[in-house]
Amino acid sequence: MRGIAKSMMTTLSVFLRPPVTRDYPNVHKALPERDRAFPLLLWDQEIDEPFCTGCHACERACPVECMTVLMKDNPNHKSVGGTSSRRKIIDKFWIDYARCMRCNICVEVCNFDAIAMNNTWSGHEMSVHDRKDLVMDLQQLTTQSHSGQIKEWVPVLGKANEESAS
Amino acid sequence: MVTESAHEFETQDLLLNVGPQHPSTHGVFRMVMQVDGEVVRDIIPYIGYLHRGAEKLCETMDYRQGIGFMDRTEYLAAMNAELSYVMAVEKLAELEVPDRAQWIRMILVELNRLASHLMFMGAFGIDVGVFGTPFIYAWREREAIIDLFEEISGDRMMYAYLRPGGLAWDVPTNFVARCREVLTAVNQGIADFDGLLTKNEIFVARTQGIGYISAADAIDFGMSGPSIRASGVPLDVRREEPYLKYNEIKWDVITETDGDVYARYLCRLGEMRESVKIVEQCLEQLQPGAIMPEKMPRMLRTPPGEVYIRTEAPRGEFGVYMVSKGGNRPYRLKVRSACLSNLQALKHMSVGQYVADAIIVLGSIDIVLSEVDR
Ligand code: SF4
Ligand code: SF4
Repeated sequence: MRGIAKSMMTTLSVFLRPPVTRDYPNVHKALPERDRAFPLLLWDQEIDEPFCTGCHACERACPVECMTVLMKDNPNHKSVGGTSSRRKIIDKFWIDYARCMRCNICVEVCNFDAIAMNNTWSGHEMSVHDRKDLVMDLQQLTTQSHSGQIKEWVPVLGKANEESAS
Repeated sequence: MVTESAHEFETQDLLLNVGPQHPSTHGVFRMVMQVDGEVVRDIIPYIGYLHRGAEKLCETMDYRQGIGFMDRTEYLAAMNAELSYVMAVEKLAELEVPDRAQWIRMILVELNRLASHLMFMGAFGIDVGVFGTPFIYAWREREAIIDLFEEISGDRMMYAYLRPGGLAWDVPTNFVARCREVLTAVNQGIADFDGLLTKNEIFVARTQGIGYISAADAIDFGMSGPSIRASGVPLDVRREEPYLKYNEIKWDVITETDGDVYARYLCRLGEMRESVKIVEQCLEQLQPGAIMPEKMPRMLRTPPGEVYIRTEAPRGEFGVYMVSKGGNRPYRLKVRSACLSNLQALKHMSVGQYVADAIIVLGSIDIVLSEVDR
């Protein structure tokens, strides 16, 4: 009986502690800066076009082959009187979020820092009725960065972060 | 043990199908029990419902891409699974891992062991019949660990954080302080479990003397991890073949002698305390420095060769056998799963017990079906 009494004491002591649960979805916990939801394309606000040049590096490195990239000549390039120094630019871009395993490899291989992981709640609450709706096109992939909701994903591959050593 | 009652009449054994979709089988595991009344006479396990061909998939992927699949092989202890994999690649490619990366890896795998054992406590509690309470307690502390992992790696389960050579990126600035916070919470959680279950007469009556396996049998079945240490065999890969920095710190191998379900529970509880100690020592050793070797090629290629790496995952020895024929992907990858070997002993441990006890025995070896089936 003493053991059971001790168990009861334990549950009673827990009963007196503050609750640890949250009233989701009314209350969202703050996401850490490094949170990794799904990849998004970043928008070059200065020139007003995506950073992505359609170089296919991410497409080739993706383990589950969920990306499709098509490039085109940049109509805004300097040689044709535009303002951009990107000769080629992304034409069409699809990411199938239903297949993506959020491994971050596309972010690591991109040479233009054009792709980043979504670190907001909008990347997590994505339930749809039809999985076809999870295939994101270029417009859907860039709006969040275009409107300034996400900037870039924080950690950079392999760089030792000196001040983080404590 | 149930004594054989003298049958007055000729009776027929009943075949009872449990699973594959059954909450007490911890995943998609099916067993057909031959029962005589309430007593189990035979168990035929059926595995393979979760077979995804992860090993074969990894053979079509370069070394970095394979990490994500290792996470999914052992989703309750993804860091430990990743560790075996990246260590195998490192041995093939002869990479030298910087000290800081090793210490951080050690902290992460021990925290993951804590998370996994907490998960065991919760799920085992439910198997035994303590509905809800231990599960929610376990979830509370596991959540603290997983939140920490999310701050470090960005993901809550499929971390994809270790890389051949080191780590994908450095830990955040407040890492040490956050680890200490988490350890405080976990210590509280361990104390809660101790208070809730260890001495509880109902729990003890339900678990003591159930699912006994002797040391010799456990060795014969190739068991590993807490399941074999509970039978009195001090087998721990961290002690036998120290990897990372396990030989530089002080910790004990926890063994129990009874070899029953209760001993397996005690063994895991003791191991959680040890893990907390290990993490505390690692935090003291953590120095600034690089987290990746100086020269890392963009695409890692390995010379031909074959390696077998084993590490101590929460459920036992997690081994990765890797053959390379040169190039950027493994020629053959084989995962030695601790759960699969431990599961072999299920029949041995549960024949002659009640049906309800067979469920506890299954729970006590803490299987993860995705690791069994791969
Ligand atoms: S995160 Fe991984 S799986 Fe998802 S698109 Fe990028 S490379 Fe592919
Ligand atoms: S996101 Fe980066 S890697 Fe992918 S196509 Fe665009 S520029 Fe190339």
